[in-house]
Amino acid sequence: MSEPLLRMEGISKRYGGVIALNEADIAIRPGAIHAVLGENGAGKSTLIKIMAGVTAPDDGRMLLDGKAVSFSSPAMANAAGIVSVFQELSLIPDLSVADNIVISNPPTRFGMIDRGAQRRIAEEALSRAGAVDIHPSSLVKDLPLSRRQMVEIAKALARSPRLMILDEATSALSKSDVDKVFSVLKRLRSEGLALVYISHRMHEIAELADDCTVFRNGRSIESYKAGTKTDQQVVELMIGREYKSVFPAKPGVEISRPPVLSCSGLCWGDRLTDITFDARPGEIVGVGGLDGQGQRELLLALFGVLRDVRGEVRIDGRSVRLTSPKEAKSQATSIALIPEDRKTEGLMLPMTVRENLSIAALGSVSRKGVIDRGAEAACVGELLKLLAIKAANIDMPVSSLSGGNQQKVVIAKWLMNRPRIILLNDPTRGIDVGTKQEIYQLLRKLADGGAAIIFYSTDYDELIGCCDRVLVMYDGTIASMLEGDNINERALIGSALNIAAKQVERGPTL
Amino acid sequence: MNTGKVGEWQFRYELHKGTLLAAALFVVMFVIYVSNHPAGFTPNVVQTASNKATLLAFVAMAQCLVVITAGIDLSVGMVLVLCNCLASWLVVGTPLQTGFGIVAVLAAGLACGTLNGLIIIFGRLQPIVTTIATSAIFFGLALLLRPTPGGSVNETLADVFTSKMFGVLPTSLIVLAATILLVWIPFSRSVYGRAAYAAGSSEYAAYMSGMPLKRAKLLAYALAGLLSAMGGLYLTFFSYTGEAAFASGNAYTLYSIAAVVLGGVSLAGGKGSAVGAVFGALAFRTIGDLLFVFDLDPLWQPLFQGIVLMLAIGIGSIGLARVRNRLEWFQ
Repeated sequence: MSEPLLRMEGISKRYGGVIALNEADIAIRPGAIHAVLGENGAGKSTLIKIMAGVTAPDDGRMLLDGKAVSFSSPAMANAAGIVSVFQELSLIPDLSVADNIVISNPPTRFGMIDRGAQRRIAEEALSRAGAVDIHPSSLVKDLPLSRRQMVEIAKALARSPRLMILDEATSALSKSDVDKVFSVLKRLRSEGLALVYISHRMHEIAELADDCTVFRNGRSIESYKAGTKTDQQVVELMIGREYKSVFPAKPGVEISRPPVLSCSGLCWGDRLTDITFDARPGEIVGVGGLDGQGQRELLLALFGVLRDVRGEVRIDGRSVRLTSPKEAKSQATSIALIPEDRKTEGLMLPMTVRENLSIAALGSVSRKGVIDRGAEAACVGELLKLLAIKAANIDMPVSSLSGGNQQKVVIAKWLMNRPRIILLNDPTRGIDVGTKQEIYQLLRKLADGGAAIIFYSTDYDELIGCCDRVLVMYDGTIASMLEGDNINERALIGSALNIAAKQVERGPTL
Repeated sequence: MNTGKVGEWQFRYELHKGTLLAAALFVVMFVIYVSNHPAGFTPNVVQTASNKATLLAFVAMAQCLVVITAGIDLSVGMVLVLCNCLASWLVVGTPLQTGFGIVAVLAAGLACGTLNGLIIIFGRLQPIVTTIATSAIFFGLALLLRPTPGGSVNETLADVFTSKMFGVLPTSLIVLAATILLVWIPFSRSVYGRAAYAAGSSEYAAYMSGMPLKRAKLLAYALAGLLSAMGGLYLTFFSYTGEAAFASGNAYTLYSIAAVVLGGVSLAGGKGSAVGAVFGALAFRTIGDLLFVFDLDPLWQPLFQGIVLMLAIGIGSIGLARVRNRLEWFQ
């Protein structure tokens, strides 16, 4: 076994009160592919960021070739030979592929960029990445996502790395591209490169990895040689958090009630494929799976944001065509979407609590276009009480509330419309446990009041604790539907990774 | 590579589409203009047209540099006015004195632009308010220099710069072309130029790629000041005087924005070229001239100009109608 190229020991990192990494260790060998495994939020991306110089650890040390190093910027990590392939964020859309490939260190002549040399470097890097079909002069923004991902890989290769980090680098690629990337990665491995590979696709890891390290709750749980553990054992390693009973009891749904919302064969481009499900009043339907499997798009499609959605959506048995959020929230359909990023999508931060709360339901508190401030204040006051929002005054800017209270405002503003279908996009991300608990109670209360709730969450505990049914999505479609006692962590992770679905279903419940 | 020459041209075309459209728009309008002009296509007609458009072309180039970084410079018009007033004091006397005067005027413009850049980049203030404030400062200085219109300029030099070379080519057009060659081309092909585009396109990605963003933006603002000063010099060459003209300063600022948009430069940043901006300025000026050859009442000019501008800009936003995720409208 060769000496590690990079060793990280006792790395800790906290963001505010949240511990992202806790005494994590990992050792990366040259000439090998090291897979990093773990659930959403297990600390993988923080680990990668520290490796790539994007963030600095609070504690612990990094040894490169046995010497202690620390990186204060991505540029420093690059100089040391550590290059990471970001998912898609590091490409500049209005520049050409060749411009992007050489961006951090373009060849110059007389102070100007040497376009001939740039072209040669780009062509070479593209061919090393196995992407000769991409024209170096095409603009990045004109390329489909899969091609951009290949450009990212070429860009990383052009910097002649010693250690290359691939974070979900194949998530947007087609099968044939994945095969190409794999053969490139295997060649790089044989050339002596060290590769760190993060993927949620277990079969990819089985095909590629030499070493594996499993992360859970910010800790590195175990490192082992690839092929020495079964998928089941790996899933066991990934599970294992404490359970706390913060969830309200599930009353059970009356099967006899007709569904208020039913979708059949919903498709959108190549991001959503054949989505079919229904939701009854009083039911909380969870949407699970790994990040970015089309959950967000599904909610946006139901809220009328996406164009050219095919398939049928029925509300109360009537077929509807949703073409804008304005239409979706109207009396006839009565849908609300509680967005994921409250700062940009949910709130107008500088505006007041009152304005934010009533903005989606101004029609109900105004007459002939004039807002009745008295009626508005009454409605707002009612909502503040219902959700126990701590605001000293309804005319203070919403930005001065705490994160948890801001999130409650986002939810409350839609309740003013009394929606019958409530879509939630990961509403508890980044808020404290107490507020989470209140939100769970509220969701159940709304369901009991006759609303159908579609609840996307990246937190498995929430899905298990709150939902009557869970749709697990994988690659833009519903991979499985879990119900009752079948909603458990083992089944959720198993179907999220799309492995051996039958085997998982037969497994014991937690 | 399985892509032949045709593919290569395709990409070049896509990249320069905005510039080509602006050039085509200008050529079409100019052909209509000269074919209806009583004198026809003569060097004199071309010279007049070129001289009229030069000022706007310089400020449009200035605006373009800043707009590429996704900023905006509302002080270009007032830098022009300030430099006009300064030139009416300094660009006089012996050839040596005149030479120093020109250098001083250009340096003043460069300083104005650098000031804008420093405040915006290191003070982290918004470009729009910063340049409104500095434009008032520049106008104030211009008023102090020339409380009433007056002053003079080295007329021999002024005549050289506003006449024709070899009896055919207007000098103003040659100066414009030389500026593109000596300022724009080196800038756009340097690492800083690329960083300026990157800043306008996706500042986050540019930062993550370790690009020299601050210096690139500073350079864009500074060069914008320099180019506006060129415009100021030219104004002095035409008028032989200096005047702190509030209305014309503001008009140049607004028209510079219209010209860059006509020239295919995206106000969102990251896209376009100064060549396009120059064609945009030429086209914008020709819209006004068209009225005269058709003998229309000058009263119609603003209305007519506005409608043509709306049509030209409308062509550019057709793409938005094809977006599949409506959230992309807001990005």
